[in-house]
Parts: sequence; structure tokens; C-alpha cells
Amino acid sequence: MSAPDTTPYTGTNGNGAAGVRMRGVNKAFGTNTVLRELDLDVDPGERVVIIGPSGSGKTTILRVIMTLERPDSGTIEVGGRQLYHQPAGDGLKPASEKHIRSVRSDIGMVFQHFNLFPHMTALENIMLAPVKVHGQSKEEARTNAFELLDKVGLAHAANQTPGQLSGGQKQRVAIARSLATKPKIMLFDEVTSALDPELVGEVLNVLRDIAEEGKTTMMLVTHEMGFAREVADRLVMFDHGQVLESGPPADVLDNPREARTQEFLGAVREH
Amino acid sequence: MDGLLLEANQYRLLRDGAWVTLQILGLAFVLGVVLSLVVGVGRLSERRWVRGIALVYVEFFRGISSIVLLFIVAIAIPILLGVSQASILMLGSLALGANMGGYGAEIVRGSIQAIPKGQSEASIALNLSNTQRLRYVVLPQALRIILPPFGNLTIEILKGTALVSLVGLADITQAGNFIRQQQLFGDAGTDRTILFLNILVIYFVLAQIINGLFRLAEWRLEKRFSGGEHLTPLDLPEATK
Repeated sequence: MSAPDTTPYTGTNGNGAAGVRMRGVNKAFGTNTVLRELDLDVDPGERVVIIGPSGSGKTTILRVIMTLERPDSGTIEVGGRQLYHQPAGDGLKPASEKHIRSVRSDIGMVFQHFNLFPHMTALENIMLAPVKVHGQSKEEARTNAFELLDKVGLAHAANQTPGQLSGGQKQRVAIARSLATKPKIMLFDEVTSALDPELVGEVLNVLRDIAEEGKTTMMLVTHEMGFAREVADRLVMFDHGQVLESGPPADVLDNPREARTQEFLGAVREH
Repeated sequence: MDGLLLEANQYRLLRDGAWVTLQILGLAFVLGVVLSLVVGVGRLSERRWVRGIALVYVEFFRGISSIVLLFIVAIAIPILLGVSQASILMLGSLALGANMGGYGAEIVRGSIQAIPKGQSEASIALNLSNTQRLRYVVLPQALRIILPPFGNLTIEILKGTALVSLVGLADITQAGNFIRQQQLFGDAGTDRTILFLNILVIYFVLAQIINGLFRLAEWRLEKRFSGGEHLTPLDLPEATK
């Protein structure tokens, strides 16, 4: 399905959040096509939850936006700027590494397996990018890092390394680390999937706070349907490399149009 | 006990020799570490030609025997270039360091590859440059894997320094040879077995010192991974109170 071309402005909104516009994005791993002529728009400040069966390519959507995978073809705009292309005459040419880096600074990502740096304390994990990439002074970065740790309820763990923290604590530090660079769009890739059930709540609470602040666009891949219903502006059902249907969470969850969505939601609910 | 010791002037010769051995070891080590890092990282470069050069370096310096390399670098090259005042100590260290680099590069490459991919992905998501990713994220973690085999390698190089006696440097082994000649032609009473026993002990002690230094480095590195204490509200800076 193709999104209409009257989509809202995809630059940034008054809060500084950035929109995304994907057009005709293809990505295959060998003979396995994971994104098929994908068109997807996300408005600045919007909170989009992507659901779908495993292997449907939903994580790959986030990974091509984060530049962890390069799409085979198609274009992606973030905050009104082309991510993989630069203007050349009337058209576009492949972007330089420098251009990609510049657009990438608007994007943050939180991973399923946290990917914290094990040789650094929580505080050092959060301070690294602000100091080394954004040129903040150490004092400024330290103050900000403490504020962020406080926000995720972990100020007391500032001097602890990931090895000393529980899964839920690690993920909260990882979220704080991502927030430290003030991304205009944040990507959350199954951030509660690796956690013990009793630790899921503390991470979802932090996500709720970020959603409420509304300073950043959020794209989340998750299996937490209750959370999706509560937080998402829009739910996107993804299968076989394409958007199957999308709409307000209540509509998609309670009255799915497509048979495959019904099937998927049925399978999820059975647990 | 007295029968196991050498004479004082013979110990002075061995002490001077030990100093030469340590100088060569130090120079070779510094060069070897730098080459290991540069070539080991080069083996994983995105650029084909860099990978190619690094591979040729590794295979050449691992494949060639260190004694042959030593003769080429310390004897043949100065003759071919017509340099007569070349410092054999420097050239000997160069040969041993290049040799160490060949082995070390493979250790560095393997240890970088052992770091989980998620670490690099998190670095990209934080927009670190490739150099920053290597410098702040990958290498500090790789060091944990690099240190133990590098301790081994350094002790190998220590023992390799004995080869420089063959190109005319007065290291421990050469001092030993000199003392043995004194014993043969003079009337000194100590026998050869005692001499070599003493040399053995000196090398062994040096190797244990190297061992200890690497253990210390490993211990200090490990401390970084194990982290600190819980902070109490009193420890927290003003911003979060």
C-alpha cells in the first residue's frame, strides 16, 4: 500500500521532534526480502508502535533509519533531510559519510540487549557521546548525566558498571544514554523483550515519561500490546516487508481489517 | 651455596649484559605493540588495499625465522646501504619488534573480532566516528583479551633477545660467552654448568618480572569492569538533590 502524497510536513515540530518519510525502501538479506517497496511516514512528535510476526522485518525498519543496515534502494528523510542521499543538480546522489553522520546526530536508538559499554560506569556510558561527539565540557556532561540518571531513577548507580546492574536497570541507563544526545527521533527495538517479566514495568514507566514530555518522535517495536494501546498515536501492523494496516491502536487492536492481523493478534493474546 | 656463585667481576659483566638485554626488549616491545595495533586494526579495515598490506606484513614476519630476520636487518641492510655507523642495538630491536608485530597483530585482530557486534552498533547509534569507536569502545574491551597472550609474547621476545649475541651485541648471553672464554683460557676455577645455571636464573627472574607487570595490568583493567559502590544521597551532586 502506498501512502498518500499529502502527508504532513516531515521536518521538525515546535518541540524539535523530527519526522520520518520512507519511500520505496527495499532491503534484502541474500534471497530473503525484509523490506519491500516500503512507504512509511511518521510525523514529528508522533508515537508509532510497529507490531508484526517475528521475521516480518519490523526491526529492520529501525535499523535502516539508524544506518545500521543500508537499504538496497529507496529514500529515507529524517527531519526533512535525506539520510542516504544528497542533492545533486535536479536529483539525488549517494550521501557522503559526513552527510550521513550529520543527519544521524538527530537519531537515537535503544536496543533489545542494551549494548551498554561494560568497561564504563553508568555515568561514563551517558557522558561519552556528549563529550566526544557533541563537544560538551565534562562538567556540563556530568551534570546532565546525573539529571538523566535521576530521571530514570538510578542516580545512586552512577558509579556502577553494567555488570553490577539488573536487566531493567541496564535498560534504563541505556535509555538515559540515548537521551543524553537529545535525539529528535528515538527508536526502541524490543527494549523489554530481554527482561524478566517483573522488570518490564520499570522500563515501560520510563518510556511513558518520555512519551509524555513529547520532545521527541518515538518509533517502537514491541510485543507489549497493552503499552502500545496506552502510549501509541498509531499502530502499524507489518508483515512480509510491507505495512499491512495502520491506524489508532484501539481500531487496529479491536477491529483489525486484515485477516493476517487478526491471526497475529489472536496468537499474541493466547499467551 | 658458595659453589653455585660466580666471581664479582663476572657478575658485573652479566649485569651490563642484562642492561643491554632490557634495552633491546624495551625498544622491541614498544615497536611490537605499535605495529601489533596498527597492523591488527589494518587487517579489519574497510579498504581492501589496507587489509592486503596488513596481511602481507603478518605472513612475512610470522613466516620468517627471527635469526634470519636479525641478520638481514642488522647486517645485510647496513652493508647494502653502505652505512657503517648503524646502531646494532637499534637494528636488533627493530628486527625483534617487527617479529613481535607479526604475531601481535593476529592477537589484536582476534580480540577485536571477539567484541560483540552490539558494542559497535551502540557506538554508531551514539554517532561516534570510526576512530572514536575503536579508541573508546572496542580497544579498551579488546585489551582484556589481548593482555594474557601479549604477556606470553613479551617473554618470547625476552628469550629472542639472546639471538642478538650472534650479531655482536653484549647482552646477557654474550656476556656469558665471554666469561666462558675467560674460564677456558684463564685459570678461573668455576665451571660451565654453574655459569649457565646463573644465566638461567637471570632470564627466569626477568621473565617473572614481565609476568608480574602483566598481571598488574590485568588486575587494574579488571577493576574498571567491576565498577564502584552505590551512591548515597549525600554523594549526589546538587543537580539531582
